[in-house]
Amino acid sequence: MMSKSVKSLLVAVFSLFIIFNSNVSFAQENGKEHHPSENTEHKGDFDVTGFILDHVKDHHSWHLWGHTSIPLPVIIKTDKGFEFFSSSKLSGEHHEPVVYQGNYAYKLVEGKIKIVNADGTVNEEDSKKVFDISITKNVASMFLTVLLLIWIFTGVARAYQKTGVKSAPKGFQSFIEPIILFVRDEVAKPYLGHQYARFMPFLLTIFFFIWINNLLGLVPFFPGGANLSGNIAFTLALALFTFIIVNVNGKKDYWKHIFWMPGLPTPMKIFLMPIEVLGVFIKPISLTIRLFANITAGHILVMSLISLIFIFESVFASAMAVPFTVFISVIELLVGFLQAFIFAMLSALYIGMAIEEHHDHHEDIPVI
Amino acid sequence: MLLEINPLVLPDPGLLIWSTLAFLILLFVLGKFAWKPIMKAIGEREKGINDAIATAEKVKAEMAQLKSDNEKLLAEAREERAQILAEAKAIKDKIINEAKEQAKAEAAKIQADTLQSIENQKMAAVVDLKNQVGNLVVEVAEKVLRRELSDKGQQEHYIKQLSDEIKLN
Repeated sequence: MMSKSVKSLLVAVFSLFIIFNSNVSFAQENGKEHHPSENTEHKGDFDVTGFILDHVKDHHSWHLWGHTSIPLPVIIKTDKGFEFFSSSKLSGEHHEPVVYQGNYAYKLVEGKIKIVNADGTVNEEDSKKVFDISITKNVASMFLTVLLLIWIFTGVARAYQKTGVKSAPKGFQSFIEPIILFVRDEVAKPYLGHQYARFMPFLLTIFFFIWINNLLGLVPFFPGGANLSGNIAFTLALALFTFIIVNVNGKKDYWKHIFWMPGLPTPMKIFLMPIEVLGVFIKPISLTIRLFANITAGHILVMSLISLIFIFESVFASAMAVPFTVFISVIELLVGFLQAFIFAMLSALYIGMAIEEHHDHHEDIPVI
Repeated sequence: MLLEINPLVLPDPGLLIWSTLAFLILLFVLGKFAWKPIMKAIGEREKGINDAIATAEKVKAEMAQLKSDNEKLLAEAREERAQILAEAKAIKDKIINEAKEQAKAEAAKIQADTLQSIENQKMAAVVDLKNQVGNLVVEVAEKVLRRELSDKGQQEHYIKQLSDEIKLN
């Protein structure tokens, strides 16, 4: 009964959306024809792509509301050594980028710190010298999640020590324990077999780290709002850990299957070798891109739906934009869990393939 | 190049370094202070539960064993009782039969003894009778002989009388 009414509501909203969309696209085209020269100042030319990408990208300050943001420390290294200053130095009163005179003249250009000449133009040659390791919004958010995770899990660990082993878990402990058991029984044990205990800390850490960042990314305001798990550098770092653990723990059989596949004629072995070697690198790359793309896509989707209100320039557009956003957000909650699970599961799978002692070669898992 | 066009897919080295650092710290701290005690506690609890279940199973098996033992014992006792009863009955029958046999034999012996003594007494009586008949015959003969000497007619009459007496007797 309930689900039926929800379904019909969704259908109604969706059809409304299509009708509106076709009408408004006409209107927009007309509008563009009338005011082709006017720039973003005009309300009708709301820059959706800029708005969305601005959210998805990393920042040197943490935007709270309106014109209020938390300035974050900037750490850069040039050929003249390290420099350390607040990001507030790089923006003026109205959040426009201004030049900061350090060892060089620095200015934010599209979110990146560049070295500018005296006349204000970007000096691309010198800018290559800038190595930016600032505490950006994503880094700050990451530290926050690290603290949060340490706080949560040392608390849970203390609960175990306090209540003892025999009693049932209580409070937050009882929420966390099934998830830990889920990681152990659904992720670690099926792929790692009896050696699972060695890799449990890694799998648990990577699972909870990704999950909590996915969840915090869905919170639209401080302390959430950073798109950390949708940032390719972050996912690449995690995938690199999987890559290192897989190859450090790789047994003789693993390397043999890469360089000299047993049970095949020699020409086939030679043919397969480059493919298998590529596979070693494609596995972590697939992990990187899967997590990055899924989370970024979710963020773009939510932002696009919110943008509808501004595109239509009508408060009535929120009648469908808001339910859709809620709907997608709920799906994103699921995706957030799912992607953390998939990342941990595939890591376990790759590690399992590397540490497996092969006995017969017919049950090999194909390389993805 | 596409990678240069879209900053989204260009990994930022700063964030990469910080992510690696943060993950290492997290892995170390959580591994030492969270996962180790948590996994240990969960493992111990599961072991405890498994042990408890195993113990319960064992106790159950023992109970079943005990029950079957009891039943076996009971059946054995029943069988023994039946056997004892049967034996008692057999002994009883045997005793009765023996007693009967003995009584029969005794009775037969008594009967035989009685018959023997009757026979003996009869024989004694016959002997006695024979002796008395002989004496009577001797007496009669004596008397006959004495009368004959005194009177011949009377002698004959007397003999006749005597013989009559004998006939009467």
